This record gives sequence, structure tokens and C-alpha cells, in this order.
Amino acid sequence: MMRRPFVQQSPMPGFGLAMGITMTMLSVVVLLPIGALLLKGADFGLANIWATVNRERVWKALWLSFRLSFMAALFNLVFGVLLAWVLARYRFPGRRLLDAAVDLPFALPTAVAGIALTALYAPNGVFGSVLADAGVKVAYTRWGILVALVFVGLPFVTRTVQPVIEEIDREVEEASATLGASRLHTLRHVILPMLTPAALTGFALALARAVGEYGSVIFIAGNIPLVTEIAPLLIVIQLEEYNYDAAAAIGIAMLLISFAMLLAINLIQIWSRRRIGYV
Amino acid sequence: MTRETLGSIAPRPAPMTAAEIVAPLRRVKPLLTWGAILAVFALTIGETRAEALLNVSYDPTRELYREVNEAFTEYWTAQGNPAPQIEASHGGSGAQARSVVEGLNAQVVTLALASDIDRIAEAGKLPKDWQGRLPHNSSPYTSTIVFLVREGNPKGIKDWGDLVAEGVQVITPNPKTSGGARWNYLAAWAWAERNGQDPKDFVGKLFKNVPVLDSGARGATTTFSQRGIGDVLLAWENEAYLALKELGEDQFDIVVPSVSVLAEPPVAIVEANIANDEQRKLAEGYLNFLYSPQGQALAFKNYYRAWDSSAAAPEDVARFPKVELVDISHFGGWSRVQPEHFGDGGIFDQIYVPK
Repeated sequence: MMRRPFVQQSPMPGFGLAMGITMTMLSVVVLLPIGALLLKGADFGLANIWATVNRERVWKALWLSFRLSFMAALFNLVFGVLLAWVLARYRFPGRRLLDAAVDLPFALPTAVAGIALTALYAPNGVFGSVLADAGVKVAYTRWGILVALVFVGLPFVTRTVQPVIEEIDREVEEASATLGASRLHTLRHVILPMLTPAALTGFALALARAVGEYGSVIFIAGNIPLVTEIAPLLIVIQLEEYNYDAAAAIGIAMLLISFAMLLAINLIQIWSRRRIGYV
Repeated sequence: MTRETLGSIAPRPAPMTAAEIVAPLRRVKPLLTWGAILAVFALTIGETRAEALLNVSYDPTRELYREVNEAFTEYWTAQGNPAPQIEASHGGSGAQARSVVEGLNAQVVTLALASDIDRIAEAGKLPKDWQGRLPHNSSPYTSTIVFLVREGNPKGIKDWGDLVAEGVQVITPNPKTSGGARWNYLAAWAWAERNGQDPKDFVGKLFKNVPVLDSGARGATTTFSQRGIGDVLLAWENEAYLALKELGEDQFDIVVPSVSVLAEPPVAIVEANIANDEQRKLAEGYLNFLYSPQGQALAFKNYYRAWDSSAAAPEDVARFPKVELVDISHFGGWSRVQPEHFGDGGIFDQIYVPK
């Protein structure tokens, strides 16, 4: 009996070239930097990494970064889907303009976004002064960080969900209605399951983006240790002290936590696909 | 500056059909694309010519070096030299030093702290005794730390002791990321020492009154002046005067405390990045120009306390009030201060995370 070859020839031409380019790109753009980070950590030693990370200030910063990123991604999940729904389903004047505006957080340099948001939400800013009268402070508090993270993560959910909504056949909803389902029932049991995988992907992207965000947050956060100090700032502080090892250690900690979170999201996605099948 | 132009446009021959035009273009296009990419690389990846100089400096010196570079170019060409191409880069002092350590091709560094240049020396890019090579600890100009308060000084802030009062909000950048903020911290420390207070306890109380820790001096100035946060900004004297000039004298007042620090922002030639004798001559000429009466006058004009006031406008010199200034040697030099106060787990960190 012939053994199955390790590499199966694909009937599609161009596999070798495409694969070569893919591997090269991935290595240069993704694997090399991460490899360098891990190598730096390996030099430093596991015990030292743990000693660097296992400090109140670092844990507080990590907890702040990941908790706020999660909240921002959750916010974007709900309102991003809503936004995608409005853009895909309704026709109204200015829709294309609004559609284009969704991508602005991608295009705007994050420092510009941070400064603009700070100017708006500072106690003497347009929103900030109104909020200050109500006794709410946004800029230079955790709320400010959340606002910045929501801003930078917004396009991810909308842009992943929008094409899926556009693909949904109206007949499916009509069939559901003719079979006697209420609107809420149709939404809950027909529409949402179809959107879940894409929405989860968008959520994961928004989350990943928020965790690593530095440029915009730094302007609005206040950066007080233990209170509004985000983990990426701690890394910059370590670099400022020429403490490359400690910076790499915190970087590795963030990488591991991010990896675990993304893995969990992927598992949920697989589970939801199994449950409802592919859309 | 001269850059080669990418080919020239030949006079157009008789008109061709569209197909005729496109066909050769097809073959030429990839060549053009690659040519363009290579050209961009050649232009961006710093190939330094002899008569070029990169000055890597810190944040608040933007205005100073804009004027210095202009005046120096004029002076240098008047000496019969070809026009030099001087570029300046500004950013946080520590980050700038790190860029140079990591290979930024700076011939001259003009940073906020001697410890940042020490760091470049440790990387072997300049001799360890660099600070003795130019007068005044290689610091052509100095500055100090003063308070910027809101018009009329509503909280009645006169001296360091007033900063720890309940309800006073102090704006300073983060000493971990900003060279200027380290001077703020040390000035407060010196005042406490002189006034019979426990300095560690005093700076702790002071930083408890800080609602926002920006990463750099400019950011802190913006937070205080534009965002309206805080009652007092601890600032470089030159930065405080600049804020008055740019944002209106009717909005802020400068308060000079009884004790402050003598901040000496040093300058040095990065030996390892000097390509040839021509460039060395230019770099030395540039740094010496800072010490010349003309260069010193520019420093005075930009609100720095310089040494030689012979060519400076009298009003530029007269505006500086007398302050008791404490210099870094009082604290044992940067090599001791840096790890003890600002290192990982140092005294500054203990304000937030007690040991």
C-alpha cells in the first residue's frame, strides 16, 4: 500500500509560490519580532520574569489594561453590531458618508485621537464641562481610558459583521414570520446565531487592539501608578530605565494573557459554530 | 541640500497610438517601481553626507535650536565653509538617548540629563569623560524649576511647602519618563532638606497631590494650560516663560520658590557617529557656537540661564530672579541619584508602592 505523501499536491496551481510568500511575510512581520521578544525573555530567565511581573504595580496595570479592554470590546460588540445593522439594512441620506466614517479610527493617528478626546472630555472641554456639572469626570480617570479604547476598537466589530448582515436572505426572516415567530424570537433564534461567529471575530480583534493601545490612552489616562497606569506604559517606563529585560518580561506576560483570551474566544467560536452550523 | 533627480523628461516625439505607448511601459513599469522603491530607501535610510549634522535633543529645546541652527548656518557659511545641513530631533530625553544607543546616527546630542549621555557613553559611542571636554560641565546653558500658577495665584502658592496643602493640585510629568520631572522631584527634595522636613515624606505628600502624570514636559504644560487641570505646574523655567509668551501673560503667573535646582542640560559629540574630519569640524564648530556670545544670547532669548551675557539683550538677562540653586552634585551625582530615586523600586516608586 502506498503511504499518503506528507505534502499533497494541490490541483490548484501556484501553491509553492503563494506558500513561500506567505511564510516569508509571516516570519518577517510576525514571527521574528515575537521570537525576539521570547528570546529576550529566555535570556532573562523564568524566575526573573515572574519576579518582575509578580508585583502589585504590574498586576494592577495588567488588570486595568485587560479589564478595560474587555469592557471596551464588549461595548463595541453591542454597538458595533447595531451600527452594522443600521448601515446594512436601512437606506437614508448620508449613509455612505457614515459608512466611510466608521473607518476613521483606523486611519487617524492614535495620538491625534487621544489628544482630541482629551480636549473634548477635559473639565474645560465641550463634553467634559457638561459632565463636570453633573459631577462626572472622564478625562484622566479610568472612564477616559475606556472612551479611548472604545474609539480605537469601534470599526472592528462593525466591519466584520456588516458583510454577514448584507448576506442574510430576507426570505429567512420572512419564513420565520410566516411560521408565526414573533420579531424578538426571529431576532434571537434566526438572526443572532448567524451573526455570532463574525461578531465574535470582531470582538476578538477589538479586544486585541485595545490591549496593545498606547498612543491614544496615554494622553487621556492621567497615568497615576496603581490607578490609571496601563500595562504598555509600564513597559515604556522600564525602557526609559534601560531595563530591557523587565520590559520584555511585562511584554511576555501581556502576550500570554492575550493569547489565552484569544484562544478562549476561538473556542467559544468553534463551539457556537458546532451548535448552529456554518453560516 | 542636493538630491539627484530621477531621470529627465525628453522632448516628446511624434504622437503614438495608445497601444504603442502602453507596450514599452509594461516592460518599464516594474523597473520604475523597483527604481522608485530603491530611491526611497536611498533617501530615507540616513546616508549622511559630510556637511550634515543631526542634533538629537530633548523636548523643550525646539524653539531654541530652531534659532540656533539658523544662526549657526549663517555664521558657518560666513566663515567660508559650505552651507551645512543641520537637522534637529526632539523628544523625551531618555527615549532620545535610547535611539542613539540603538543606532540613530546623531553626531551631536543635547539632552536634559547627564545620565542620559552617560548611557550613550556606556554603549561605547563616546568617551566616558565626555563631560569634562567642554566648559561648565558641558552645559552651555542652564535652567531651573519654577512654578506656573493661574492668574492672580488664587491658591496663594509661594513656595514648595504650599504644594502639599490639602486641595492643591500639582501638575508635573512622570519622573520615570521625563528628565525635567526628575529635576522637579529633586528641587522639592532639596527644599524639604533645608526646611527641616523629612524629604522622602515630603515628596510623597507632594506626588499624592498630582492628579495627572504626563509622560513629558510638553504634555504636562498642555494639561495645565489647555485642559485647565491643576493649580500649579512644576516646569522648566524656559518652558514657563514660553507658556506665558505663547498663551498670554494674563492667564498665568510665574512663582519662583526659595530653593530650586540648577539643571544643567549637557551637550556632547557622539564620536562613534562622526564620519570624517570634515564632519568633526562641523560638530565641534556647532557646539562651540553654543558657547559663543551669539549662541549664549540666543539661549538667554529663549529663557535659558546661560553664562555669557555680553551679547544678550539686557531685558533677556534681567528677567531671571535670584534663586538659591542646588546642583546635582549635592545629591551625589546622577550615577547615584538615578538608581536610588528613580530606579525600579527606588524612592519614587515607593511613594506609590510602599516597601
